[in-house]
Amino acid sequence: MEVKIYLPLSSPTVGAIGKTGLWRVFKPVIDQEKCTKCLQCWLFCPDASIKRAEDDSVSVDYEYCKGCGICSDVCPVGAIEMVKEG
Amino acid sequence: MMTVKKLSREELLLPGHAACPGCGAMIALRTMLKTLGRRTILVIPACCTSVIQALVPKTSIGVPVLNIAFAASGAAASGVVEALEKLRRKDINVVVWAGDGGTADIGIQALSGAAERKNNIIYICYDNEAYMNTGIQRSGATPYGAWTTTTPIKGKTEFKKDMPMIMAAHGIPYVATASAGFPLDFANKLLKASKLKGLKYIHLLAPCPTGWRYDSKLTVRLGRLAVWTWMWPLFEVEHGVFKLTLKPKPRPVKEFLEPQGRFRRMTPEEIELLQKWVDQRRELLLKMDGARLFPQA
Repeated sequence: MEVKIYLPLSSPTVGAIGKTGLWRVFKPVIDQEKCTKCLQCWLFCPDASIKRAEDDSVSVDYEYCKGCGICSDVCPVGAIEMVKEG
Repeated sequence: MMTVKKLSREELLLPGHAACPGCGAMIALRTMLKTLGRRTILVIPACCTSVIQALVPKTSIGVPVLNIAFAASGAAASGVVEALEKLRRKDINVVVWAGDGGTADIGIQALSGAAERKNNIIYICYDNEAYMNTGIQRSGATPYGAWTTTTPIKGKTEFKKDMPMIMAAHGIPYVATASAGFPLDFANKLLKASKLKGLKYIHLLAPCPTGWRYDSKLTVRLGRLAVWTWMWPLFEVEHGVFKLTLKPKPRPVKEFLEPQGRFRRMTPEEIELLQKWVDQRRELLLKMDGARLFPQA
């Protein structure tokens, strides 16, 4: 009889507990014209949901953004607005 | 010096983890993984992060993680370090990422032992000032006046345990405090710590919207206000020499307490008492600035 040994090892996965974007009540919307590419929103996002492009411009990953609002609070030029979902 | 532009683009804390929206600890964990990079082994005792990384067979952390019992983080990290030494692997950072309960209350004996053995560990305590993931129970690191589910209704009657100074008294090469409101300062301290031999201890204040009872967008602002009001002064003790890394103009403690629901039941007299304590501590720290506190070990 073959005995299967199961090792409780995990592998890194994006979205390990599912699409956390569903938790969101307010969603951040970036005004690209006002953006100065200072990257403060990218630095402070606890969910790694602000994507940094090659030229340092930023966009939001709405699949995983939980809508905490930190990015709009730290933005020095007020380029990120929180808009109610739905 | 670390700047935003220099910070690695590689995400080692993957999106879609289980942290509450606006988690201060995750800002710091992300910065830490970006600073130290892929060649890191994390040791995580029971704390918020052991829940946040999600369930087997998936994880949100892109580096090897050893999940261990509450009281064992220091001892387990010592084991990892010894094993790496036997394997002649020298360029790997062993990092303990523990909460304030796993550091100041339950894990202090293992941590103290590891400090005494001079094992090459970076120990980071991310302090959200209570046992948050089990439902906001009070810990040794909960500040005076803060409400938790296991304090009297008017808030904690004791003061916060001064963990960084306890660790500095061990004669370890590096002790520092950091705040989630200043991630680049934290990154600089990590870079400094990763170059030293022995146990390095960094105590990081991580605002918690769930347990501190505030709007999740204020996380960064509270992390900064804690420093600006001198509730959480930023300093480092390098080889026994004390140095304040930021000396802001003191703001009234009330500015830090007001946005948080956990301090709602503090009376004006209690706030005054806390302010007096903070002022006294500030004067002591300013006097100590630049002085040698402990002999070089």
